[in-house]
Amino acid sequence: MAENQRILVCAGTGCASSGAHKLIDALKLELNKQGLEETVSIVGTGCQGFCEKGPTVVIEPQQVLYCSVKPEDIAEIVAQDIMKGERVERLLLLDQVTQKPLSTMSEVPFFAQQHRIVLKNCGVIDPQKIEEYIARDGYAALKKVLKEMSPAETLEEVRKSGLRGRGGAGFPTGKKWAAILPTPSDKKYIICNGDEGDPGAFMDRSVLEGDPHSVIEGMLIGAYAMGVDEGYVYCRAEYPLAIKNLEIAIRQAEEAGFLGNNILNSGLNFKLNVFAGAGAFVCGEGSALMASIEGRRGMPRMRPPRSTVSGLFGKPTVINNVETWSNVPHILLNGADWYTQYGTDNSRGTKIFALTGKVNNTGLVEVPMGTTLREIIFDIGGGIQNGKAFKAVQIGGPSGGCIPEEMLDIRVDYDTLTKAGAMVGSGGLVVMDETTCMVDIARFFLDFTQKESCGKCTPCREGTKRMYEILDRIVKGEGKLEDIDILENLSYTIIETSLCGLGNSAPNPILATLKYFRHEFEAHILEHKCPAHSCSALLSYTIDAEKCKGCGLCAKNCPVSCITGEKKKPYVVNEDDCIKCGTCVDKCKFDAVVQA
Amino acid sequence: MLITITIDGCEVSVPKGTSILEACRMHDIQIPTLCYDPELTSDGACRLCVVQIEGNHNLPPACRTTVWQGMVVQTQSPKVRAARKTILELLVANHPLDCMTCQKMGNCFLAEYAYDYGVTGEIYQGEKRKLPIDDGNPFILRDPNKCILCGKCIKACSQIQGKSILDYSFRGFNMQVSPAFNLPYNESDCDFCGSCVSVCPVGALTEKHMVGKGRPWEIKKVQTTCPFCGTGCNFDLNVKDGKVIGVTSNPDAPVNGKALCVKGRFGTDMIHSPNRLTTPLIKKDGVFVPAEWDEALDLVATKFQEIKNNYGADAIAALSSARCTNEDNFVMQKFMRAVVGTNNIDHCART
Ligand SMILES: Cc1cc2nc3c(=O)[nH]c(=O)nc-3n(C[C@H](O)[C@H](O)[C@H](O)COP(=O)(O)O)c2cc1C
Ligand code: SF4
Ligand code: SF4
Ligand code: SF4
Ligand code: SF4
Ligand code: SF4
Repeated sequence: MAENQRILVCAGTGCASSGAHKLIDALKLELNKQGLEETVSIVGTGCQGFCEKGPTVVIEPQQVLYCSVKPEDIAEIVAQDIMKGERVERLLLLDQVTQKPLSTMSEVPFFAQQHRIVLKNCGVIDPQKIEEYIARDGYAALKKVLKEMSPAETLEEVRKSGLRGRGGAGFPTGKKWAAILPTPSDKKYIICNGDEGDPGAFMDRSVLEGDPHSVIEGMLIGAYAMGVDEGYVYCRAEYPLAIKNLEIAIRQAEEAGFLGNNILNSGLNFKLNVFAGAGAFVCGEGSALMASIEGRRGMPRMRPPRSTVSGLFGKPTVINNVETWSNVPHILLNGADWYTQYGTDNSRGTKIFALTGKVNNTGLVEVPMGTTLREIIFDIGGGIQNGKAFKAVQIGGPSGGCIPEEMLDIRVDYDTLTKAGAMVGSGGLVVMDETTCMVDIARFFLDFTQKESCGKCTPCREGTKRMYEILDRIVKGEGKLEDIDILENLSYTIIETSLCGLGNSAPNPILATLKYFRHEFEAHILEHKCPAHSCSALLSYTIDAEKCKGCGLCAKNCPVSCITGEKKKPYVVNEDDCIKCGTCVDKCKFDAVVQA
Repeated sequence: MLITITIDGCEVSVPKGTSILEACRMHDIQIPTLCYDPELTSDGACRLCVVQIEGNHNLPPACRTTVWQGMVVQTQSPKVRAARKTILELLVANHPLDCMTCQKMGNCFLAEYAYDYGVTGEIYQGEKRKLPIDDGNPFILRDPNKCILCGKCIKACSQIQGKSILDYSFRGFNMQVSPAFNLPYNESDCDFCGSCVSVCPVGALTEKHMVGKGRPWEIKKVQTTCPFCGTGCNFDLNVKDGKVIGVTSNPDAPVNGKALCVKGRFGTDMIHSPNRLTTPLIKKDGVFVPAEWDEALDLVATKFQEIKNNYGADAIAALSSARCTNEDNFVMQKFMRAVVGTNNIDHCART
């Protein structure tokens, strides 16, 4: 048996819901049974990122990766891998081409092609134990900064690193920090934005759950650089595990003397509070978030004044995203020069993406800025599910846009994506295949934004609702050709006249889909056809008399009994009564039902 | 310090810190606004006052954009007018077009701008609000379906009246403005001062007792001082056919601006009340009988003289009212001291 054996069980929110805690219980029992409880340790980690194959288990130090592990597999893993050092092959991932089992993480393309800086500890340490964070250089950056650097030097290092905000807009972090300095005030605040409201995004949750100390350390360094003594982490209440791990981490950091007064005898004081926000997308917008902490309705307000002049409780405030804060310790520990070797000229470092949709390997991936979409989706993501064809990828969630196949080779960085009509946003990547209707996707995002609009300003409140209604009509085959012009006109007015970023970017998904997939809109409107065969209202079901064997299975299963016929003769669908559920297609064993 | 900017091709100079909207109003340049009120903080919520600034891609609101040296502003360019028109179209599409019977007709900013911009509301037809009307109190009629969510009533209530009864509820298309928990006005802690009504740009909040009593163009406004107390608030009596049908704020009122209390704003029904005394009454054989003024004043004078003769002037005292003006109260004490001959004079508002 190898020394220092550790069994890392992913216990992030995703794997926890697919049974990670049962695995940990089963492991404890089994190790006890084998008398190994002293020699082998079990670590419930934060998200390891490979959500598609969860719950995942990693055996250290060999870095063996077992996927979709069930409690009944545990005995075998312990007996074979831990005790004999032999792999349990049926739980290993197979190489897509050779179909050979891949026995270590470094062989698995999903991990091999990532570059983990922010996620360095996620899925590796027990986030509820500060010792594990410290053992992996945790708080070393803070110690270095407090001992060797002045606040101004610290800020300069962040500026030089080229770090840009990971919360969506990509604002240069060093520049923002510097902006809080000139305003004299008895009190200043820093805030960590963990609202993460984009549908499908979960990188901030994973960092807060899996490596909360990295965020705390980042904020401490920021507090030192900016001369701030109090901070807030605003975390959405739907992330109970993130809040729990964060609170544990804050308590442990206080006990260890990293938080509180006169931190490490440096004279630095810093108090960190956690605020649970009650789930509104718009509360991720800085000024709405601050209103929410103050106990007011979460609604954005106009700038000026900027929050660096008058923010939380009217005091100068700097707000940064979770991932932004989490980058800071790495930059200070290794230096700006080290950091700038990753990424592109204007977008330094790495970015975490939440890869979801019709891609084989859904999960969290961290790659250097400038990686191409093709590399992310096909090399790391393993391509499209069920051998279907790739159609588009939506980047940046409800504020972003879709990128078509022709542009798969563009580099993912702030400026390139914005030019292409999408945006890095928070880093949601939703992959769509040939069966996805682009009009329907546009409708999905508009439905989201119109529901999440705070309602304060007219164009966003009324305009997004009308855009949604028009898209809904098009999807149902009731659209008119002039609707496309109306959509475009509304889009520009909403972008140009809305009060906050939500309205300013809400029409982006429509404009991008109109740019790249206009023909799909036209097909819905002019031909009453959905090219992706996805919009149920536009589908028709008929039975191919040649292929039909007259078995009657479709008729038996049709929920509205609109298929009739005689045994052994071709059956017929009565289209007037058909509710387009598609049951007949699934049931027919002879492919006789034609969906068009 | 003066800042020079160019508005619609004309150079103007305005003090530093002025907003584009204020600069325009100083120079009689018309910009439509629905949520702006000089007495309230400004939020830039309705977005109707958007303008084009050279070098700026988006259209910022004039009310919340401070001028800078050399700024070049367009307030009527085709792009600006198109954006405003779209915003108005969106508002009108979600609005009951009741103008024929609406109390606000003739005074309604939405109707005025819709006319100016040729807006019909036809383009964006879709779901419309169908919210219940709040008419459970005697003073204020609230039709949330006409509310354009400008937020002025919210700020009037908190910034002028200091009550904070109103706020936004729900979000997006479902947003409303109402007392807490969406209660009707009469179940809230509302004072019925009507400050909210005085700022509403549309017919969402109206004076209930004026409904159906007259159109703005039929009404003569007579500025007067409120008779109810000594504060001396000014307002406009709304007079139609020689009858007072109600009161509206006069923004130029020197003491009170647009603020009034429930009595001043809604208490004018007493003017034409059939229960009002129109002649003095003298009690004869236990019954009040109408009398002439001369008879009544003679009677009072005789009785006072009798008391003074029999018991001395200090047997008489006067208590005057806070509802009287300063001048009335001055005359009252002069009368007691100089005519009756006593210092027994007091006032209901003495503390
Ligand atoms: C509607 C809306 C939602 C937002 N949601 C988030 C969010 O969930 N998390 C986040 O970090 N930033 C969010 N932002 C961006 C923030 O306003 C702000 O720019 C960011 O937190 C700044 O941090 P950064 O400079 O580190 O990116 C949102 C912005 C808008 C307009
Ligand atoms: S743009 Fe939308 S979310 Fe932002 S203030 Fe206006 S209504 Fe609210
Ligand atoms: S299930 Fe297929 S083969 Fe059978 S009757 Fe229906 S269409 Fe024909
Ligand atoms: S509020 Fe104005 S636009 Fe609305 S019905 Fe009344 S008069 Fe017409
Ligand atoms: S009547 Fe006065 S107290 Fe009542 S809601 Fe209106 S402003 Fe507030
Ligand atoms: S009731 Fe009138 S003042 Fe209040 S928000 Fe609605 S439109 Fe504005």
